[in-house]
Amino acid sequence: MNAVLEALFGGFGKELLEAAESMGHFVFLVRSTFLWMFRAKIEWRQTLIQMARIGVDSLPVTAMTMFFTGMVLALQSGATTKHFFNVPLFIGTVVSFSIVMELGPVLTAIVVSGRAGAAIAAELGTMKVTEQIDALYTLGTDPVRYLVIPRLLAFLSVLPLLTVVSDFTGIVGGLFVARVKYDIPTVVYWHDIIDNMSVKHFVHGFLKTFVFAFLVSMTSCYKGVTTRGGAEGVGKATTQAVVISMTLVLVIDYFATAMLNALGIT
Amino acid sequence: MIEAKGVVKSFGRRAVLRGIDLKVESGETMVIIGGSGCGKSTFLKCVIGLHAPDSGEIVVDGLDITKLKTEREISDYRRRFGYLFQEGALFDSMTVADNICFGLKYLTDVPLSKYRRIASDSLALVGLKDVEDFKPAELSGGMKKRVALARAIAAQPQYILYDEPTTGLDPIMSDVINDLILDLQKQLKVTAIVVTHDMKSAYKVGSRIAMFLEGRILQVGTPEQIKNTSDPAVRQFVEGLSQGPIKMKLKEFEADEARDGARRGKD
Ligand SMILES: Nc1ncnc2c1ncn2[C@@H]1O[C@H](COP(=O)(O)OP(=O)(O)OP(=O)(O)O)[C@@H](O)[C@H]1O
Ligand SMILES: [Mg+2]
Repeated sequence: MNAVLEALFGGFGKELLEAAESMGHFVFLVRSTFLWMFRAKIEWRQTLIQMARIGVDSLPVTAMTMFFTGMVLALQSGATTKHFFNVPLFIGTVVSFSIVMELGPVLTAIVVSGRAGAAIAAELGTMKVTEQIDALYTLGTDPVRYLVIPRLLAFLSVLPLLTVVSDFTGIVGGLFVARVKYDIPTVVYWHDIIDNMSVKHFVHGFLKTFVFAFLVSMTSCYKGVTTRGGAEGVGKATTQAVVISMTLVLVIDYFATAMLNALGIT
Repeated sequence: MIEAKGVVKSFGRRAVLRGIDLKVESGETMVIIGGSGCGKSTFLKCVIGLHAPDSGEIVVDGLDITKLKTEREISDYRRRFGYLFQEGALFDSMTVADNICFGLKYLTDVPLSKYRRIASDSLALVGLKDVEDFKPAELSGGMKKRVALARAIAAQPQYILYDEPTTGLDPIMSDVINDLILDLQKQLKVTAIVVTHDMKSAYKVGSRIAMFLEGRILQVGTPEQIKNTSDPAVRQFVEGLSQGPIKMKLKEFEADEARDGARRGKD
């Protein structure tokens, strides 16, 4: 099988095979994560520690990112509407829709994958190459149960919260520019938002954060626990975890959006 | 009793264990010696279930690790073992005490209030004191090894697998550890496998000694038999001579390696 593929596709066949193999291992990890989650006691202490770490690590940088994103959105939409209608219009609407439905969830997930996802891959990778993960097994617990599940749960609970904070800071950033640069009263800005936005729009973005939390945490854990080959291997695993997480977030975002639209949650 | 029958294990194309048959009687300490990279650690990992053998079986008290299915069976099997990793494998984010007590939570019903006590008792056994609140990074190499040993024995397992317990320790401390291994065997009736390069330790703690060469067992015998062996390879190894049959084998092995490497480079 191996040889046939190699003969057919040359070096590419080998890569294809390896990709398929890691896909299989990834699915296996996901499967055993869910099995353990429902079968064994959850390590709440570890989960809380991870929640604190992910939250504290990522809050400042996500807030900062989103504040400026909100600002630039306001600046651009103000400039565009001014160009066409001579007055800046609907800044609040543009900012809030872009942020709540797309940029908030996506950018937060990306920033968190660069921060907390990388940290997870590096930590688990180091544990793997120094045999600490094997040691967990010999001391009677399971790496999935002790390491992966707490991180998954922490991500699933913290990323949505971070996104809500991000959405809010982004909208405030937009307000800041709307007021200072375009002299739009705060009330008008808020009305632009409230009159046009419904709970559905918020739910649309909020639901996606759970998908991203799952993708980023499982990718980072997977890259961590399958690390091979010393310090260099840890470096590689960490970079790969971040690159793959970010790509997955952007790609899956499209499909998640399409699906939510099909379900009428827009 | 640990009984390995025809254990074969390869990593990729490299065959590491090529059919190991070894029987360790209850209460006995089996010492494994053999050249670097001949598969001693790999064998220990097969016994505890960290590696799955490609073929063969490993039976402990009637349970065959290669045939265990459910999580429950596997954890019952694993519960009997303590394992000392060659490199220690201490959890570097935890204190020494947390490291030692880690297994108690999962392997035993010991109440939380006794943990501290057990930690200092286990540390005392390996000749350490007042290091409970240190992080592994703050310990010397030999101290790490001994903490790892303390961790392996804390849950009082029935079987202990030691991977080079005395490597990196000073001669006096080595002998303290040898005494500890003997004590555990005599007082707690522990069945043990000890991998070591330290022949003094091998003769002292071993009920029997098995010599590995190229993934097979060359000879198994009591320390006396090994000391007075007629096998030239075993003699060369235990006397630590650079000249002898094994050197040649090593050369051959290296040539093999080089050829493998070249082939790998090509495709
Ligand atoms: N996880 C692994 N993946 C690939 N090869 C491995 C792996 N573990 C061990 N090997 C290879 O198996 C062989 C035996 O390794 P092992 O660690 O069992 O040797 P050892 O007898 O314990 O040596 P030492 O006395 O130096 O500790 C080595 O050639 C090593 O390269
Ligand atoms: Mg070894």
